Amino acid sequence: MEHIRMPKVENVWLVDRSSSRRTQVGTLYLTATHTIFVGKGSEDRNELWVLHSLVCNVVKHKASQSGYPLLIHCKNFQVIQFIFPQESDCHDVYISLSRLSRPEKYEELYCFSFNPNVGKAEREHSWDFLDLKAEYSRMGLPNKLWHVTPINREYRVCDTYPADLFVPKSVTLPVIVGSSKFRSRGRFPTLSYYCKENHATICRSSQPLSGFSARCLEDEQMLQAIMKSNPGSRFMYVVDTRPKLNAMANRAAGKGYENEDNYCNIKFQFIGIENIHVMRNSQQKLIEVSALRSPSMGEFLTGLENSDWLRHIKSIMEAGLFISKAVAEEGVSVLVHCSDGWDRTAQVCSVASVLLDPYYRTLKGLMVLFEKDWVSFGHRFSHRCGHLIGEAKEVSPVIDQFLECIWQLMEQFPCAFEYNEKFLISIHNHIYSCHYGNFICNSQKERKDLCIKEKTHSIWPHLWENKLDFMNPLFKPDQSQNQGLLRPSTAPYCFKYWRRLYNRFDRELHPRQSELDSLMTVKEETQQLEEELALYEQKMAVLDKEHAKTLYMQKGVLDSKQALWSLPLDTSLANTPQDYISGFIGGAPNVFTLQQGERESAEVCLYGDKTKSSDADNSDQESGVADFSSHSSGEESLPSEESVKDPDSDETGPNRA
Amino acid sequence: MEFAELIKTPRVDGVDLHRPFMPTVEGTLCLTGHHLILSSRQDNTEELWLLHANIDSIEKRFVGSLGTIIVKCKDLRVIQLDIPGMEECLNIASSIEALSTLDSVSLMYPFFYRPLFEVIEDGWQLFVPEEAFKDLESMTDEWRLSEVNKDFSVCPSYPSLLTVPKDIDDESLCKAASFRHGGRFPVLSYYHKKNGMVMMRAAQPLTGTNGRRCKEDEKLINATLCAGKRGYIIDTRTIAVAQQAKARGGGFEQEANYPQWRRIHKAIERSNVLQDSLIKLVEACNDQSHSMDRWLSKLEASNWQSKVKEILTTACLAAQCIDREGASVLVHGTEGTDSTLQVTSLAQIILDPACRTIRGFEVLIEREWLQAGHPFQQRCAQSAYSNGKPRSEAPVFLLFLDCVWQILRQFPCSFQFNENLLIMFFEHAYASQFGTFLGNCVAERVKLQLSQKTVSLWSWVNRPQELERFLNPLYEPNNLVIWPSVAPQSLLLWEGVFLRWNRSTKCLDEACQEMVHIIEYNKELQNKVNSLRRQLAQLETEESPLQTP
Repeated sequence: MEHIRMPKVENVWLVDRSSSRRTQVGTLYLTATHTIFVGKGSEDRNELWVLHSLVCNVVKHKASQSGYPLLIHCKNFQVIQFIFPQESDCHDVYISLSRLSRPEKYEELYCFSFNPNVGKAEREHSWDFLDLKAEYSRMGLPNKLWHVTPINREYRVCDTYPADLFVPKSVTLPVIVGSSKFRSRGRFPTLSYYCKENHATICRSSQPLSGFSARCLEDEQMLQAIMKSNPGSRFMYVVDTRPKLNAMANRAAGKGYENEDNYCNIKFQFIGIENIHVMRNSQQKLIEVSALRSPSMGEFLTGLENSDWLRHIKSIMEAGLFISKAVAEEGVSVLVHCSDGWDRTAQVCSVASVLLDPYYRTLKGLMVLFEKDWVSFGHRFSHRCGHLIGEAKEVSPVIDQFLECIWQLMEQFPCAFEYNEKFLISIHNHIYSCHYGNFICNSQKERKDLCIKEKTHSIWPHLWENKLDFMNPLFKPDQSQNQGLLRPSTAPYCFKYWRRLYNRFDRELHPRQSELDSLMTVKEETQQLEEELALYEQKMAVLDKEHAKTLYMQKGVLDSKQALWSLPLDTSLANTPQDYISGFIGGAPNVFTLQQGERESAEVCLYGDKTKSSDADNSDQESGVADFSSHSSGEESLPSEESVKDPDSDETGPNRA
Repeated sequence: MEFAELIKTPRVDGVDLHRPFMPTVEGTLCLTGHHLILSSRQDNTEELWLLHANIDSIEKRFVGSLGTIIVKCKDLRVIQLDIPGMEECLNIASSIEALSTLDSVSLMYPFFYRPLFEVIEDGWQLFVPEEAFKDLESMTDEWRLSEVNKDFSVCPSYPSLLTVPKDIDDESLCKAASFRHGGRFPVLSYYHKKNGMVMMRAAQPLTGTNGRRCKEDEKLINATLCAGKRGYIIDTRTIAVAQQAKARGGGFEQEANYPQWRRIHKAIERSNVLQDSLIKLVEACNDQSHSMDRWLSKLEASNWQSKVKEILTTACLAAQCIDREGASVLVHGTEGTDSTLQVTSLAQIILDPACRTIRGFEVLIEREWLQAGHPFQQRCAQSAYSNGKPRSEAPVFLLFLDCVWQILRQFPCSFQFNENLLIMFFEHAYASQFGTFLGNCVAERVKLQLSQKTVSLWSWVNRPQELERFLNPLYEPNNLVIWPSVAPQSLLLWEGVFLRWNRSTKCLDEACQEMVHIIEYNKELQNKVNSLRRQLAQLETEESPLQTP
């Protein structure tokens, strides 16, 4: 609390960046965990809650006529703009938020204070929701060729690896130790995925410390053992996911890549995914493009191209496809590494797993995959997501790219995934929000030391409880093309801009009616109908048999012919014109001077009138408010709850704090 | 003329047909007057029937005596025929070239096509101006149906019946026509029932450099304004382009002469630029380099998406003036046959829920495109692969369909039809067995006697068994005005047309089927539940008297 200079500021403006008409005035509160804005003159529904841990940066802008603007950029790509009447208030909030959004110690993170009123037992139980042991046994492990090595139980061989690791049974402890000494950070080759059908595996490690000529017998034996643990194949692939130049440069530092001459029967392959710094800059550019206000088509497409983002996504997908094809089609095992083996390696292994195994295309399966390939194998969440104040150079959207690869796959295979886009976005949000303990720290050891399981809650049961929201209504697991290996096209035009993630909070940019929501409503309704039908059939049977006296006629869930799905879709939004006129204002400046006045008066009366019209279904249709120059007009309803508080990010909800 | 003269080799055996994402078919290639047919001798493989009119261009290649013909179609499909024998291949190629570039309309397939189905409802009667006018009359008495263009002499590209303000007599119409490019004087395009505002369309006024004016033209459009009300003129050209048009006798409405009107200029480029844009876009889609940078920069350079955005924006603006401003609108560009029609028809889709039904959409195309004189035959003579010198080709109609698709994507529950209908219209505009899109205007169609000699596309589409394919399972009538987003983030590439032949659609088709299934199952359950409920209620009333003591 000592960081809060100003717990409350009145008469702050919250600017809706898509439409000045929806700007509202209210009170800003700073708490230890949230920034809260409460709109004036309206009931509780009009609140905006922002977790400090989601704040990426806070920027003061130059004072304008209306006051002193403060922009808050969030890690979930929300951009919030406040305008303060007093410069000192603006500055105080700026200083407070700058500090609050950059915690120095883990203990300051929200997950340590988040207390959802559940018992200790239940909280501990939440951590048992996923069980990696069960996951390996689902794959068919341990078996006669693979077993868990106890070598890293105390995290002594590799402190960024999990305690339990699968290695070939034939490998002795000294070989593991030897191999780990020959690998960056001790990350020796170990199993990530095992294909029951043909015994091919995906293994992962970090780069070998080969320099220009060094070799390590144990490491060579290790690879040999991995190869041999796949009895059907005569060789294995070693995939270095880095561009060849980067890998070569590493040799000068005593690191590098495998020399094919030293290892028996390996096929070595570079895949050319760029490093975390390139990815960070690329996403930065992408975010800038996504945040452009009314860009031209050319600006947008050029920006998209210059960001290089989709090129990177494509390269990750191609790497995943290469590996999954090697495993499924050739039956060949693959060892994947990059430099440290916790970024590109995690991406590529998990993309390959999603392509290979339908299980990872289910809700539970994706959760398990996150726990396995990312959390347990030491993806450096704290560094990459910038949970704590620290090296800006360590931040990188590695995990975003994995989520996006899944999304791109969902676009190509609409029936292959049990979960929908909202699930991915929700996970994305929670990775950054520090609301739950799962994605805190950089390794399993750190989490153990911090007693994460004792002090925080796990996200997975929470998502599971809300799984109805995350289901893909089109999911058809029994269809042949959705079983086994997915073979996505990697033609450039198959990669699209992920509007739902990057423009998540710009609701005017999304389709006004959602196919997904409609189908989900229908499915829900269908389920009710099935229940009702069963009930009636039962009653009919009873009637037939016993000639029951009376029949309680229950009013059915669905009496009307009106389909439900077309109704709830925020009809007021469906009916909002946006800015179609911008080109015109520049072109003929003085034609609409009269209207300018009308606009202002309309704006003024708007504020007095908000709550009343906010409930009207299609108030804008009858509004007749002449607003020709802003043209985001018409919609007088306040931004509904959804627009301010995202429904799936419950951490911004007032009830959960 | 005998087609036989053009067919040098009518039949070749042992031809391989290669199509993307389909297995190779080996069979016999036959050329008829209107079709290229490939049929394998196996019973169960499908045959290829390709209209010569659909062929945009061909390329020949030889490896030894094996010839290869790459056939590039107007619907953007590319197929490959491997033909054994150099002479056969050359003969086939030159025959295809001759047959696919026939100039005479009366030799087109629609004049030879005999439908295999019974015409129940004659599509040539789909839109009857008199009936449409009756509807209008029931809402307002300010308009009349004029026969001034009965013999197409006042405006050759207009239909014979036109809806004009009641107070304007035919003589004034003639004078106004002489003041507008191509005689296209302002006529009613759409009446907005909700507030009585109207949308009119015309061609540019012929003000020329010395600022000519025409009292009748001014009177004509002023007659559409209520007292004290103001209207908007949406000129689809930039002010600079409109200025330049003066030098060629064209121009725009001067404020001084049209004080009740506010002019808005938009930047829709002329249709000739469009063809180039389409060619570039299709080339980008067919690029084999697999490079992301190349794809995005080519997509951007094609400018197609920018045009989608520009036209949608203009249409939204027109709709906004009418619905939000409560003002009447006049739309024109230069000729009033291209961008003008894109804007007026899209604005109606936004404003009028009737246009979002299949029937309503057909009527819209009939009324705002065919009758309004969009020169289909000129615009659709060639498509993206043609190496011929472009004359007046331009994918104006395709661009319109793309814009409709964009709105459909944003309002997936508000349209009775699905994407397939739009794709089908695109195909038929370029090559068809039906006469609907032949000719450039009503006058030409009358002269060609299309309604007697050919079958209308609507006769076929509106058969229940065909309609099924075009129904949107999610449709639920929505009476509201629908305002699409025109932000670049919201506008997508129309993959259904531009990537149609470049990708496997198996998984996407599966999704569509599943969607239909989900909704049909829901309806089936609803019916079951309702009927059981009724049965139960009946049982209850039958039994209760017996049971009451």
